[in-house]
Amino acid sequence: MYKVKVYVTLRESVLDPQGAAVKHSLQSLSYNEVSDVRIGKYMELTVEKSERNVEDVVKEVCERLLANPVIEDYRYEIEECVAQ
Amino acid sequence: MKFAVIVFPGSNCDVDMYHAIRDELGEEVEYVWHDADHLDEFDGILLPGGFSYGDYLRTGAIARFSKVMQEVVKAANAGKPVLGVCNGFQILLESGLLPGAMRRNESLKFICRPTRLKVENNETIFTSEYKKSEIITVPIAHGEGNYYCDEETLQKLKDNRQIVFTYENNPNGSLEDIAGIINEKGNVLGMMPHPERAVDELLGGADGLKLFRSIVKTFRNAVVV
Repeated sequence: MYKVKVYVTLRESVLDPQGAAVKHSLQSLSYNEVSDVRIGKYMELTVEKSERNVEDVVKEVCERLLANPVIEDYRYEIEECVAQ
Repeated sequence: MKFAVIVFPGSNCDVDMYHAIRDELGEEVEYVWHDADHLDEFDGILLPGGFSYGDYLRTGAIARFSKVMQEVVKAANAGKPVLGVCNGFQILLESGLLPGAMRRNESLKFICRPTRLKVENNETIFTSEYKKSEIITVPIAHGEGNYYCDEETLQKLKDNRQIVFTYENNPNGSLEDIAGIINEKGNVLGMMPHPERAVDELLGGADGLKLFRSIVKTFRNAVVV
């Protein structure tokens, strides 16, 4: 079994209005060091072992459903767990 | 002409769409649930607005994998008119029937009010009843109508005259003021404004009715010839 963490964010080239609003809010709180904020999604998947390679499966679900490649990028971390 | 109004869990403009077709346009119409496995008997497909599957993940992202969408793709490939309004447009984008994607409105607010639109292309099966560059008033009601596509796609949209409606005063940050686009073949239209909510003067305007009349007129002409 694998625990998979998936992060989806808007592409760098796409303006993130939520991130911009949060950045302005932080700067108005005098955190001027914060020069950029990008808001995204974080998902945790539990993937059972199968005859398919786990990384292939994760890539495929990201491309097909979890992220929209037109405006979003994704990255993931896969961790193998030993069943208790 | 017989229309299908596709109903997903969370659709909420389906009744308005049904009313527009049956009572204002005087054509046949039926609700079709999202798990339907054929649309053969219908001449036109309407994807209404709403919040299909609660807008979970992304607007339209889950609806796009519902069973009926395979049939909508088939109908589109067969050349039948397919109209997606608001959430319907978002579903068409997610399904790849139209290019691009939607972002949150620039203001991050849900905007619900009448907007003035320019008919950029009146030589489509959806807009033939409008005059060239006609300005019409149609309401919008969305939080994610900020259209985006890459430059290459935008150039293609322009070259093929696929931008059908633009906002006179851009309410949401949409690229090039885009309010509605059509596919290259010219039979799939997606738009954020709600023509089905503008079909009766009593309710504030009937500028949307011509869109539905255009579809019917094209259909009748094709059948007669």
